[in-house]
Amino acid sequence: MKHTTALIALFLSVVVLFVLSLYNGSVSIPMSAITDILMGRSTPDHPSWQYIVLENRLPQAITALLSGASLSVSGLLLQTAFRNPLAGPSVLGIDSGAHLGVALVILVAGGTMTAGSLTLGGFALVILAALVGALGVMAILLMLSRVLQNNVMLLIAGMMVGYIASSMISLLNFKATAEGVHAMTLWGMGSFSSVTLDRLPYMVGICLFGLTLAFLLIKPLNALLLGDYYARNLGIHIRRTRTLLLLTTGLLTAASTAFCGPIAFIGLAVPHLARLFLGSANHRTLMPATLLTGASLSLVCNIVSTLPGESGVIPINVITPIIGAPVVLWVILRLEH
Amino acid sequence: MDYELHELVIGYPGHEVAGPMTASLHQGELCCLLGANGAGKSTLLRTLAAFQSPLSGEMLLDGRSLSAIAPRELSTLVGIVLTERIRTAGITVRDMVAMGRSPYTNFWGHLTETDHHYINEAMEQVGVASFASRQISTLSDGERQKVMIAKALAQQTPVILLDEPTAFLDFPSKVEVMLLLRRLAHEMGKSIFLSTHDLDMALQTADRLWLMGKKDTDAASQAQQPATGTQQPRQFAIGTPQELVNEIPQYFPSRHLSFDATNLRFNIQC
Repeated sequence: MKHTTALIALFLSVVVLFVLSLYNGSVSIPMSAITDILMGRSTPDHPSWQYIVLENRLPQAITALLSGASLSVSGLLLQTAFRNPLAGPSVLGIDSGAHLGVALVILVAGGTMTAGSLTLGGFALVILAALVGALGVMAILLMLSRVLQNNVMLLIAGMMVGYIASSMISLLNFKATAEGVHAMTLWGMGSFSSVTLDRLPYMVGICLFGLTLAFLLIKPLNALLLGDYYARNLGIHIRRTRTLLLLTTGLLTAASTAFCGPIAFIGLAVPHLARLFLGSANHRTLMPATLLTGASLSLVCNIVSTLPGESGVIPINVITPIIGAPVVLWVILRLEH
Repeated sequence: MDYELHELVIGYPGHEVAGPMTASLHQGELCCLLGANGAGKSTLLRTLAAFQSPLSGEMLLDGRSLSAIAPRELSTLVGIVLTERIRTAGITVRDMVAMGRSPYTNFWGHLTETDHHYINEAMEQVGVASFASRQISTLSDGERQKVMIAKALAQQTPVILLDEPTAFLDFPSKVEVMLLLRRLAHEMGKSIFLSTHDLDMALQTADRLWLMGKKDTDAASQAQQPATGTQQPRQFAIGTPQELVNEIPQYFPSRHLSFDATNLRFNIQC
């Protein structure tokens, strides 16, 4: 019962924050006008308002929600799969892989393509490149996991793969044109605003597919909490489960990274916040709680980044470490006891 | 259910650890595996649990070859309790015992009335029902070990294998766990097999002993030439504590120990 209440509370917070995201933005629009637009009534005096709310704020809020949910669930899967509280999509170099894929497309193939002005074809190419990059890193991790039985070693190996990817990104940047570097830098700071309404269905589709896969793995994930030997003894097929886990994680991370850039700390920190809030490690409740907490938190980041003011839109990766880093410190301090 | 080994050789490719062993684990018996460090006790337990394949020989569970049993079915036949401590926060005693039901639950791991019945029964059998909602990270080592035994009971396997279940426990807890396992074997007809370094306790409570080690009948020569790496023939013996009185001291060669065969105990020579 306690857990059901917690989940309902989290769900309501997502709803409230989602609505707040629509009412908040750098352009000030009266609340009544926004309500009118959302109810389908037009605002003849200010045609641009309708555009801002429906074509800008709505896709941005949905993107923030899905990206936060995907990264958080991805982090939870990794933490359970590697039995390591410090595992996360960015720690294991998965988003560096996606980043590298995108960098290759933007800097080498396109050069002048900026996130906002990409053609649909170019956009699809970016998504595909991110997927290939993330799954490439996952494939390397998978191969290493067959040799490295120790999960901590695998975690370190993942970090090294990430460093190599980052260094290749730097090299690409070094060789690229000024416009390309600018586009890459903007993308690298993270943003929920580059997904337009007509491209939103792609993101929704990929994220929902990945999240569905994650929910299908709840039972083996619970068994994996006890370690490989106990899980095997409970009839879980370890290798198949591990492969599915890594594929799902790659998909979720790639989806978020391709559409929003590499978002730091959400994947690592949110599962801990969800555990703290819920007081349970059972994935039957922890997985939905992580999804909802991740969605809430990234909606908060989205609201903060677009608060009305003269500074314009603040990059997401300026905000996430302020929330994420203290959580990681808290986890490390608790591990010491 | 009986577990039979025929000419079993265990180890890793290119590295034999122990064997050949021919032995049986009987229903309703508490069986203790004894041997010095490095004798291959853990390798044997991992082989019996099907975590690794034997190098040669046969393993028959209820007359069927172990390799012919699918993992899912095996999870309803053999349960394990390991030495590794589960440190994960957010798992209650009940959650942990419920894990034992995994082989029987549906795709989503939904617990039915029947599952809850077996979970409660298992917790009562080992005496952990009174703190069912406590987090396992807050339990003492002895309490946690009992919870893991309850998990194996909820799994309803006729065979239970335990890797050093009395390690890290204080003396009263060691006795309590051993007597609990003995009772489960005798009253519930389980085949219980455990490795241990607590010789006195094993000699007093086990129905049958398996002794593993490197053959060395002259304790003095071992003491004079430690770790020369000379290949000593491997040795394996099986029997009740009384049957093995002459064998036991050979497996624990030390000039500081003398074995009292009448009382089945080692005395320390100060």
